[in-house]
Amino acid sequence: MTAFFHHFMYDFRTGLRDKTLLLMNYLFPLGFYVLMGLLMTGLNPTFAPTMIPAMILVAMMACTLLGLPNPVVESREAGIFRSFKINGVPALSIVTIPVLSSLVHIILVSAIITVTAGPFFKAGIPVNWGYFVLVLLLTAFTLASLGMLIGVISPNSRLIVLFSQAIFLPSMILGGLMIPSSMLPASLYRVSLLLPTSYAMNAWRDLAFGLTSTFDSRWALLVLFTSGVIAFVLAIFLFNWDNKNQRSGHSPFLALLTLVPYVLGAIFLGA
Amino acid sequence: MDDQVVLVKNFRKLYGDVVAVDEISFEVHPGEIFGLLGPNGAGKTTTMECLEGLRQPSGGSLSVLGVDPIRQPKKLSHLIGVQLQSSGLPGSMTPHEAMEFFCAYHQVPPRHDLLDRLGLADKRTAQFLTLSTGQQRRLSLALALAHNPPVIFLDEPTAGLDVGSRVELHEVIRELQANGTTIMLATHDMAEAEKMTDRVAILLKGKIAAMGSPNQLTATGSGLVKVSISSDDSSLSQGGDSFPGVVKQITKDDYTIFYSSDAGETVPAILDYLKLHADHLVDLRVERPSLEDRFLEITQTDHSAGGKA
Repeated sequence: MTAFFHHFMYDFRTGLRDKTLLLMNYLFPLGFYVLMGLLMTGLNPTFAPTMIPAMILVAMMACTLLGLPNPVVESREAGIFRSFKINGVPALSIVTIPVLSSLVHIILVSAIITVTAGPFFKAGIPVNWGYFVLVLLLTAFTLASLGMLIGVISPNSRLIVLFSQAIFLPSMILGGLMIPSSMLPASLYRVSLLLPTSYAMNAWRDLAFGLTSTFDSRWALLVLFTSGVIAFVLAIFLFNWDNKNQRSGHSPFLALLTLVPYVLGAIFLGA
Repeated sequence: MDDQVVLVKNFRKLYGDVVAVDEISFEVHPGEIFGLLGPNGAGKTTTMECLEGLRQPSGGSLSVLGVDPIRQPKKLSHLIGVQLQSSGLPGSMTPHEAMEFFCAYHQVPPRHDLLDRLGLADKRTAQFLTLSTGQQRRLSLALALAHNPPVIFLDEPTAGLDVGSRVELHEVIRELQANGTTIMLATHDMAEAEKMTDRVAILLKGKIAAMGSPNQLTATGSGLVKVSISSDDSSLSQGGDSFPGVVKQITKDDYTIFYSSDAGETVPAILDYLKLHADHLVDLRVERPSLEDRFLEITQTDHSAGGKA
């Protein structure tokens, strides 16, 4: 337990010490939040009621999809995981700890956004704090697991950018952050249900903010939870210590299983 | 079994169709410093990494203190200390953090004294990426020793070190041996291997080409003594006579070097020659064959045999 704690504290400090991670964990999401608060609340009055969850989701995606995967690939390439293995660091810790430290960074940024958005930008405040925290933790876990899985299956940094942006950019446009999913055309609405953020926004709007939602939020929670667990388990299963010494028999295409809950969601909830 | 700390039996490792290590067998005894020598690609690092549990053997059996490196990696990690060829630590990790981190996983108190001992006292809070190559390697060694393992694997431990650090590291290795630690050392440095090891195995293209103590290996070679001579007028290099016992003669820098099967006959004859030609002797060295000479002999034999060794 002491080892786990030391490892966790080191990983958390790295999230503040490393300039790229500091940018992704704090500077970019908070800068974007301030910018959107100043611009969007004036331009689009429908933005303010869901500004807090939307900005939290941006922070989550920056931390987990843009920040988390790269150190995994770099560590593998630099032989850091080999040092860890020789010294008895279990694969479970290597996969779990960045997910947990990402959760802590997300909670800190979310707290800053939640506390300041109301007074500064007249953002909507949650009406049910319990559900607000539940959806926050569940979505953060799901996205962090997804980020870790991307790091685990990506052989190099270029592919990380490809995989991460394949989720990040559509989520920003179609994921319900800037405009509600209900305003999307039917075909795009169905596509939006392939993205985790659509489920998170649906659950937050409905359960935490008392706003209209497009489908039953229990399904949203189930999809997020299931895909998060699948991504986390696959990240452990597909983890490789060494680029030059690949574990045989485990195809990275297994990672596509993570998409199954979203595909089912798009089929059954997008009708 | 008690007399074998490391046991390698018919060990084979393939990378695709390429045979990296081909059915080698050796054992390392308690308290021994065992060297693995060989040119690049000979299979030294592959052998070490399979013993460390980093790679899976393709055949044969390996054990370290009776532990199978692949089946019992957790148990193995507490028994061995490893200084990898490329010391991989996160760039932002400091030596102080690294010591706490790894000692926590080994469930031992952090050995910050080792950082001082290896000259890293003033670098405790410096990030790993800011350390010089030598400092990184010393840190890697400190971490390998921190949990006081009975077996240490050192892969090119002095690569990139300055002379002072190299001497310091050799002292540490000697201390470890005096305390009963068994050490496996992979190196290119023949002088280091000759000075530090009790036994060596010379690997060539995945096979053991020779094995024994450095003295045994040098004794089993051609046995030619190297006589190096430098003189004011370099009369020896201008042809000279053939001297008794001399098998081969070369000129290198200011020296004429004779390889002799009987130095007792060769040296007086050369001195007589110089006197006769009124040439003044500047330097005379008589050296027995070194491990490096023997190594070159073996590798050259391999080349001339078309690499079938």
